Amino acid sequence: MIDARGYSCPEPVLMIQAAMKTNENCYEMMVDNRVSVENVTRFANHSGYMVSCEQKGNDFLLTITKSE
Amino acid sequence: MNAKKEIIIISIASAIIGVLAVSLVWFGNPANMGFCIACFIRDTAGSLGLHRASATQYIRPEIVGLVLGSCLLAIGKKEFSVKGGSSPFTRFILGFFVMIGALMFLGCPFRMILRIAGGDFHALFGLAGFAVGIAVGVFFLKRGYSLKRTYKQPVSEGLIFPAIQIIFLILLIASPAFLFFTEAGGGPGGSHAPLLISLGVGLIVGALAQRTRLCMVGGIRDFILFREKRLLIGFGTILLSALIVNIALGYFHPGFGTQPIAHNDELWNFLGMVLTGFGSALLGGCPLRQLVLAGEGNTDSVITWVGLLVGAAFAHNFGLASSGDGPTDAGKVAVILGLVVVTAIACANTFKKKA
Repeated sequence: MIDARGYSCPEPVLMIQAAMKTNENCYEMMVDNRVSVENVTRFANHSGYMVSCEQKGNDFLLTITKSE
Repeated sequence: MNAKKEIIIISIASAIIGVLAVSLVWFGNPANMGFCIACFIRDTAGSLGLHRASATQYIRPEIVGLVLGSCLLAIGKKEFSVKGGSSPFTRFILGFFVMIGALMFLGCPFRMILRIAGGDFHALFGLAGFAVGIAVGVFFLKRGYSLKRTYKQPVSEGLIFPAIQIIFLILLIASPAFLFFTEAGGGPGGSHAPLLISLGVGLIVGALAQRTRLCMVGGIRDFILFREKRLLIGFGTILLSALIVNIALGYFHPGFGTQPIAHNDELWNFLGMVLTGFGSALLGGCPLRQLVLAGEGNTDSVITWVGLLVGAAFAHNFGLASSGDGPTDAGKVAVILGLVVVTAIACANTFKKKA
């Protein structure tokens, strides 16, 4: 789980970019603002991942899985 | 939202912003200065008496509108979120020097685009410097630069800044004797569109910028970092739409000669914007984006605004700001100092042992 709460763009995207170097099939990430949801989703989509977003109170849990 | 739809939305919004910015010149704002966050904060600082440069004193309603437009839309979209605490004093210093760089060049990144769209080729050196400054910022971002996380703050903390903007608007309307206003013909501060038009355009631009996350720094930064073009398309579309309207209205005067509220010392046009680009990259957004974020409840961005305001006051109290005659020696020293300080901030927040 990558906790990017409290960080704003571009840091959450840099965090997932760094994490993706391990080339795993699935990552989970918590962010606390819509801009980060949009930016991480955009980056993950470009990188061949699918993103699902679930709101948890004021935060968002992003599940990022490799596209088939 | 799919990528294509996002591109269409930011293109339309940016085209509207470009047209509105030039229309403000038609309504009375200084040439190539339909919008300029740095110049407008400087004019507001002057009107409040924080500096006494008589040519640049006016509470700019565009800034009020921008903040309130962002704030109202953020509240409407349930995105108003009050947070702060990510190295606020560092952000103050960065904001201070972003202003010093912008007043060396004579314009924030937004006005830089509008100057290019007006045919001011000196601004191309600013653009080159701006891109270099952002690239240097990206160098640090890639190596772990961070001002650390923000924390949730009480709602009242986030409402103070929009409230201050409303007070500024009331002050402007009441025009009490303790405020300073540039007389018509007395300099850039004396040229302005009618209050309601400036305010209305500010509201629209603030709302559009809030929705699209428009940021002049973000465009170049995200392209270098992730090959992400969305914000860069916004940047380009503002340039294109402003250029078209400038040509249509006869405001397009291409060349390296005398340009409105600009100087021809290209080295310092370049270095001023290196400082502004570098500092803004470390802040996470250009001055326009900082105001939009401040409207959304980000109090770190409010502190950045205080830095910009104080920077503007210093720039005019100590002769650091350029004029049409060119940069000043004191201004050159301030920009070099700024580059040293901003580099030190970048290093200190990048290369440190993990706690």
